[in-house]
Amino acid sequence: MSDRYNIHSQLEHLQSKYIGTGHADTTRFEWLVNQHRDSYASYMGHFDLLSLFAIAEGESRARVRFNLMEKMLQPCGPPPKKLDD
Amino acid sequence: MFLYNITLQRASAITHAIHGNFSGTKQQEIVIAHGKIIELLRPDPNTGKVHTLLTVEVFGVVRSLMAFRLTGGTKDYVVVGTDSGRIVILEYQPSKNAFDKIHQETFGKSGCRRIVPGQYLAVDPKGRAVMIGAVEKQKLVYILNRDAAARLTISSPLEAHKANTLVYHVVGVDVGFENPMFACLEMDYEEVDNDPTGEAVANTQQTLTFYELDLGLNHVVRKYSEPLEEHGNFLISVPGGSDGPSGVLICSENYITYKNFGDQPDIRCPIPRRRNDLDDPERGMVFVCSATHKTKSMFFFLAQTEQGDIFKVTLESDEDMVIEIRLKYFDTVAVATAMCVLKTGFLFVASEFGNHYLYQIAHLGDNEDEPEFSSAMPLEEGDTFFFQIRPLRNLVLVDELDSLSPIMTCQIADLANEDTPQLYMACGRGSRSSLRVLRHGLEVSEMAVSELPGNPNAVWTVRRHVEDEFDAYIVVSFVNATLVLSIGETVEEVTDSGFLGTTPTLSCSLLGDDALVQVYPDGIRHIRADKRVNEWKTPGKKAIMKCAVNQRQVVIALTGAELVYFEMDPSGQLNEYTERKEMSADVVCMSLASVPTGEQRSRFLAVGLADNTVRIISLDPADCLQPLSMQALPAQPEALCIVEMGGAEKQDDSGEKGSLGGLYLNIGLQNGVLLRTVLDTVTGDLSDTRTRYLGSRPVKLFRVLMQGQEAVLAMSSRSWLSYSYQARFHLTPLSYETLEFASCFASEQCPEGIVAISTNTLRILALEKLGAVFNQVSTQLQYTPRKFVIHPDSNNLIVIETDHNAYTDATKAQRKQQMAEEMVEAAGEEERELAAEMAAAFLNESFPEVSFGAPKAGLGQWASLVRILDPIQGSTLDSIQLEQNEAAFSVAVLRFANSGDDWFVLVGVVKDLILAPRSVAGGFIYTYRLSEDADKLALVHKTPVEDVPGAIAPFQGRVLISVGKLLRVYDLGKKKLLRKCENKHISNFIVGINTIGNRVIISDIQESFFWVRYKRHENQLIIFADDTVPRWITTASLLDYDTVAGADKFGNIAVVRLPANTNDEVDEDPTGNKALWDRGLLNGASQKAEIIANYHVGEACLSLQKATLIPGGSESLVYTTLSGAVGILVPFTSHEVRQPTTRKPNCLCWKLSFPFIQDHDFFQHLEMHMRAEHPPLCGRDHLSYRSYYFPVKNVIDGDLCEQFNSMEPGKQRSVAEELDRTPAEVSKKLEDIRTRYAF
Repeated sequence: MSDRYNIHSQLEHLQSKYIGTGHADTTRFEWLVNQHRDSYASYMGHFDLLSLFAIAEGESRARVRFNLMEKMLQPCGPPPKKLDD
Repeated sequence: MFLYNITLQRASAITHAIHGNFSGTKQQEIVIAHGKIIELLRPDPNTGKVHTLLTVEVFGVVRSLMAFRLTGGTKDYVVVGTDSGRIVILEYQPSKNAFDKIHQETFGKSGCRRIVPGQYLAVDPKGRAVMIGAVEKQKLVYILNRDAAARLTISSPLEAHKANTLVYHVVGVDVGFENPMFACLEMDYEEVDNDPTGEAVANTQQTLTFYELDLGLNHVVRKYSEPLEEHGNFLISVPGGSDGPSGVLICSENYITYKNFGDQPDIRCPIPRRRNDLDDPERGMVFVCSATHKTKSMFFFLAQTEQGDIFKVTLESDEDMVIEIRLKYFDTVAVATAMCVLKTGFLFVASEFGNHYLYQIAHLGDNEDEPEFSSAMPLEEGDTFFFQIRPLRNLVLVDELDSLSPIMTCQIADLANEDTPQLYMACGRGSRSSLRVLRHGLEVSEMAVSELPGNPNAVWTVRRHVEDEFDAYIVVSFVNATLVLSIGETVEEVTDSGFLGTTPTLSCSLLGDDALVQVYPDGIRHIRADKRVNEWKTPGKKAIMKCAVNQRQVVIALTGAELVYFEMDPSGQLNEYTERKEMSADVVCMSLASVPTGEQRSRFLAVGLADNTVRIISLDPADCLQPLSMQALPAQPEALCIVEMGGAEKQDDSGEKGSLGGLYLNIGLQNGVLLRTVLDTVTGDLSDTRTRYLGSRPVKLFRVLMQGQEAVLAMSSRSWLSYSYQARFHLTPLSYETLEFASCFASEQCPEGIVAISTNTLRILALEKLGAVFNQVSTQLQYTPRKFVIHPDSNNLIVIETDHNAYTDATKAQRKQQMAEEMVEAAGEEERELAAEMAAAFLNESFPEVSFGAPKAGLGQWASLVRILDPIQGSTLDSIQLEQNEAAFSVAVLRFANSGDDWFVLVGVVKDLILAPRSVAGGFIYTYRLSEDADKLALVHKTPVEDVPGAIAPFQGRVLISVGKLLRVYDLGKKKLLRKCENKHISNFIVGINTIGNRVIISDIQESFFWVRYKRHENQLIIFADDTVPRWITTASLLDYDTVAGADKFGNIAVVRLPANTNDEVDEDPTGNKALWDRGLLNGASQKAEIIANYHVGEACLSLQKATLIPGGSESLVYTTLSGAVGILVPFTSHEVRQPTTRKPNCLCWKLSFPFIQDHDFFQHLEMHMRAEHPPLCGRDHLSYRSYYFPVKNVIDGDLCEQFNSMEPGKQRSVAEELDRTPAEVSKKLEDIRTRYAF
């Protein structure tokens, strides 16, 4: 019994510490949003990916970075209406 | 297959640049990051040249870089935020010329993650704390201080986290000596995530949040947060305390806003726009980078917009309250990632793409005739100021750093017929694009060429006094005469120098402080400063055959192989040593090392004899003229040169050169081989010989000075420079014609040059780009080059250039016309005439897009052209502009089986492509017939296709064309290309087609490779194998029938191979009743390729090619990266025989039982020890870095192995011992594998 409780609390700890850690009730939307935000953060971190986008779009690197930041706010549109509401 | 990775040329794109006094002296230096490399530059304030002091690869991604100085300190530290999950503080040690890691604190996971700090760094301007932030949530503050021994200390981290918050930028606010404060541009997304109506998005505001580090409580508090009107992209900290009003400038779209803590009102000023700009009018304008200049009395900022225009930003304040922001147009330079203003009045501009520049700030933008824009000027909301662009007025270009970045594609071929292949690179972006031809060699700048009255034999330069900076005379020796030229404003002949002009000269030099010596066949002439001449005549019929001279010693060899030694005594007299020495064979060449500083003499004389030996003879008074050591040679020596190399880069604090370098004896042989041998400075023993073949002629050697160090110029059929640069020996050919004799040269105009003779001319040359492997010739292009093909008959290149967000020339002209008309229409009745004049002026003005950038047309606007280029002449033979919004994506040059010998150029073009989400209005294949001389394109027809034609490849007299995810075979028809066959089972989008026999290897944009078999009889394309892992392929190259190498967007290179039992005779199964075990998993092919090698390069590779880089060398896989690096992967082939040793029975014993241990084994162990003994500088684990996306397999990192040479000697010894070798053997092996394949 205590074991199960422990695992549960460990998971909760992980979920609070690492954003995007999944759980049994993760919706498709939440998962997608996290994927997108993770990807955008990675694009900004890896210099060559940022350059690659900048070349493809014909924009400056700073502008591409700014656009990615802006997209992180809501990468996949508004969340779906909750069914139980 | 085992591969070994060697970087030939490091990345040149700059991602970050900071400046400071990193060596702790008055001189300002710049630290730049090239993504995974940290480099220290020192701009020379006198010459304006930028010198590289140190380059270190860190095997990690540098995401942020900050200079940091403790309160009251004089030395700057470098704080680095990387993907290692650690904060690293580096200190530059000028005495060792190395970065020391003084702190490394782990705080999180590795990788560029959303919530792991490292993306942002901010330091407290007073040097008390540093904040390291992530893109989301996490921010850590470290308090920095010094301990009793004045060493830098770092505290444990203090958290300033805020969940659900995105961070745009972090900056340290200058608050004087109050509690350190950091300002963050933040955005909270919690509400947006929970609001299904979508209203919250519009309402969410970016906030400017101040975090205060309470030094008393040792705690960080979120002090104050204020919503902003528009979204900012970065912050600039305003000097505070006693220097200024403090606060921050927020750079946001179209506006720059000053904000301060407290209830001070915001000051806001719009970003001025270019007058009559062709840009998309809907576009906003943002600043991309800034630089701050602060002196005791004033400060200003330079901020650059995304068009490249720099504005000088100043703040007007009234009793510490800022009341006005003023902007003034400064100049336009290339769009930068970072700028640094140096105290010496230079502006360093690290361009996003292309070359970097160092400008001198000639004026501070103070001239009155240009408008200054102010926040105090009344403007309607949404309105802005306009300014007129103009050529540089305040800046003067003083130096340019070549950068290949981005290398869009590269092909290696010998199109110029030079034996050595050239690298043809399509570089750059937009209007700053170029095609560069790279050749291995050092660029030589010719300072002067003058003709002489005959063909000289030799040339020297001499100074008049030992402390003179520059040379006084050039001495030229002819067959029967000697000419003396004095160096001044001009070079003129003089006769009063004291040199004997009626005889040829064997050598001459400055002797002692201010005397000169001339050695000629009949004697030695010692010319004192007061022009008194002492002469020593040869005895009897003997003549001087060879001689060696340095600052204090003269050695001559008389006929009959008799050595006579002279040394200068303290009174300046040249004295003959009492004994002479007879050699066993004729003396062919001799060399003396320079006298070490503070010593009386050089202790070694090297003598090359006709019996194929080199002997070292002592000149020490204790055993003068006694032989010390001897080395047998494979051929007769031609020239000798003893130099001291490898140490002078290291300077100690007082700026005095250390002499950590060793002596090297260079031996040039008559068969064109150069040997380099270590000469033991104590015993005179010779050891560790390195061999290189230089050319077909006997090798002559000359000692020259390069960046204050001795180097050797070796001349065979080509001239080479052997020098030590950044702890590595370089032997690089000069990209210049054959030379015959050389000497170093220093004058006011050319402080470090070479004077050389070639037939009957005297040339003064300078070598400025030391360390560069390639010398490049560049041809300007108009748009970003995407691909090019080589027409095999004429060696012309057919380049396609495509830019998104751009106008074609026609549209540009049309828009200009339209704007001019609008200008006239908008004017009132009276001003009509004036407006018409202005419009006409506007139509006439043209600013070169290379420096001012091309107008940005907006999303979905494309401009493109096809060009035929003669790469050797650099001339455009033909170019075809495509229509607006047609974008060329693929090109091929081929012959069709059904149309004889005509060459055709096929260009895949897409119309109205929207990048995201991808949509197209259709595509075309333009078929052009290439004229006889391959200099004109004539349109044959245009074939519509439904999607993006991403790749075209000739295939068995027909052509394979990809259309989106479809693979098709086309043949030439009368009205258009005729579709013959199709495969629609590729996953996403085809980016590349390679063919071999009946096999077609398709690269997919996401799903790696597909092997397709073409069945002629059934006329079918059938996928028979694929890869097991997703790879986002950018380029691929076939290694053999079964093996393919591919590179992906994330910087990996992989080699995959079909297993030997692969059956490509599979049938398509249209009925779908294939046996269960025949069906591949998840709809994949039934046969899978095996992974042979995996490697993370760290930069996106856009070209891969199997090529031989040096004549007679072996093949290697050459890759080029987006950041401008060139590297090779070489296969291990040789089997090195090694005696089994019994020295270490417990270690590696299973391997030692084999007498044959491969090279591979050696390097694998070296790599392993290097990982343990010399971990990467910024804390990233090397093994996990090379395994970033896929576990590294069968590839050894030569870049890490080569860091062996820059390790401390003690560590070198211990690593070498583990490998049962000496350090010299290890570095020889490192050099050998490099020179076997490349340079």
